[in-house]
Amino acid sequence: MAGQSNHELSLFSAEELEFIAEDEIVDIVPNLKMDPLCLISGDFGPFTPQIVTQVPLWLAIALKKRGKCSIVPPQWMSVEKLTQVLEAERDSQEMSEHLPFHYVEISRLLFDHARDNISDAYMVRSLIEDIRDVRFHKVETDLEAFNGRTIAVKIKNLSAMEVNIVRPFIGRALQAFYKHDSPDLIPDPERVSDRRPQVAPNAPRRQLRR
Amino acid sequence: MASGSVEGEQSSLADDYDALISTTDVELLKRAWRNEKAAPEILRFESDLITRVREQIELMEETVEEKLTVGTDPLSVSLYQMDLDRTLFLLRSYLRIRILKIEKYMFHIRKTEELWNRLSKDEKFFTERCTDDLKKHLEESVLSKLPENYQSYERQSVISEEDDMVPEPRLDTFVLCRSKEYLTGIQLEDGPVDDRSKLFEMEPDVLYFICYKSIKSLVESGKIDLL
Repeated sequence: MAGQSNHELSLFSAEELEFIAEDEIVDIVPNLKMDPLCLISGDFGPFTPQIVTQVPLWLAIALKKRGKCSIVPPQWMSVEKLTQVLEAERDSQEMSEHLPFHYVEISRLLFDHARDNISDAYMVRSLIEDIRDVRFHKVETDLEAFNGRTIAVKIKNLSAMEVNIVRPFIGRALQAFYKHDSPDLIPDPERVSDRRPQVAPNAPRRQLRR
Repeated sequence: MASGSVEGEQSSLADDYDALISTTDVELLKRAWRNEKAAPEILRFESDLITRVREQIELMEETVEEKLTVGTDPLSVSLYQMDLDRTLFLLRSYLRIRILKIEKYMFHIRKTEELWNRLSKDEKFFTERCTDDLKKHLEESVLSKLPENYQSYERQSVISEEDDMVPEPRLDTFVLCRSKEYLTGIQLEDGPVDDRSKLFEMEPDVLYFICYKSIKSLVESGKIDLL
């Protein structure tokens, strides 16, 4: 089914995450005059040349593509801020809270469509990539701490894209722990299926092989 | 199930309240879409919200049509169109996920009153047609040719004690969720045996991986969002 992610494996496709991130609000400087837009998703504008206004990212990109505005990169996307974030990420096992939930998607969209509005674009890009790597490494080491007693995993400041990457793994791992921890709940599905105890109406019939 | 419909009314009241405090219907639809995508079972159909969104879409379609004939500048028309397309995508995707779930668990949904009551009128009609067709198909192509004891589409054989051939959603799936407020005293009744009595707390805006069963009611009452 085109455009629809497989609803079991990875819940949101990269495109869907991008779609969600496109609703984040950014500052733009229009270079045209246009009446306010009364959209289903909200009212934006009016647009006056050189006057900063706030619009969702998709609208900013649409205007930018037509050469009708420049996009003001969000504050966290400066070399200075990102350097600080990178240092903080390196110094601590905690995830930094200074990045928005959709930082990967937002920065990627801005690099694709508004590169000329980002000062030190090259530096910014490599900083973001470094931050991504450091953060992801941390997530991986965090995952090692799982054990059978884990009933819920708490994650602070994980971004949307990172969530998406670890989701299938964490989900299945926790489920496996859960399953092996309650042997009465799920008997061997292949052998006992026709005399399965009544206690477990929701127990799976057969493990899907993935 | 009577409690099902009462619950439904309560959460639609909550919806109205949310709508009042400046959340747009598109935001609400996005939330419903994400919850529906993330939940293993089918959730309550957001009928009021969907009606409102449909009305707004129709209105916007008329507006765009009008703007085209009046000759408004093509740029703003295309922006209106984009906004419309985005909302349409959300709506379609929401309805489609529900249909996927219905197709997967149709027999289970049809015989479980609580789930059945969560469907919209159209979805009920669809489910009825679907179950009838699939049942007929299974019977005609396979079941009628099997020995008498094995002819049920719901059970492996007559000695099965329950409907063991009806796929059901796995409520012990782990989902990712986020709470808007500080929640305490969540009973993890379905956690590993030793932890069952422990109460669990949720801080706002922190992500948790947790067993869907434990937080099911909080998702239904709108306290927790899945993502």
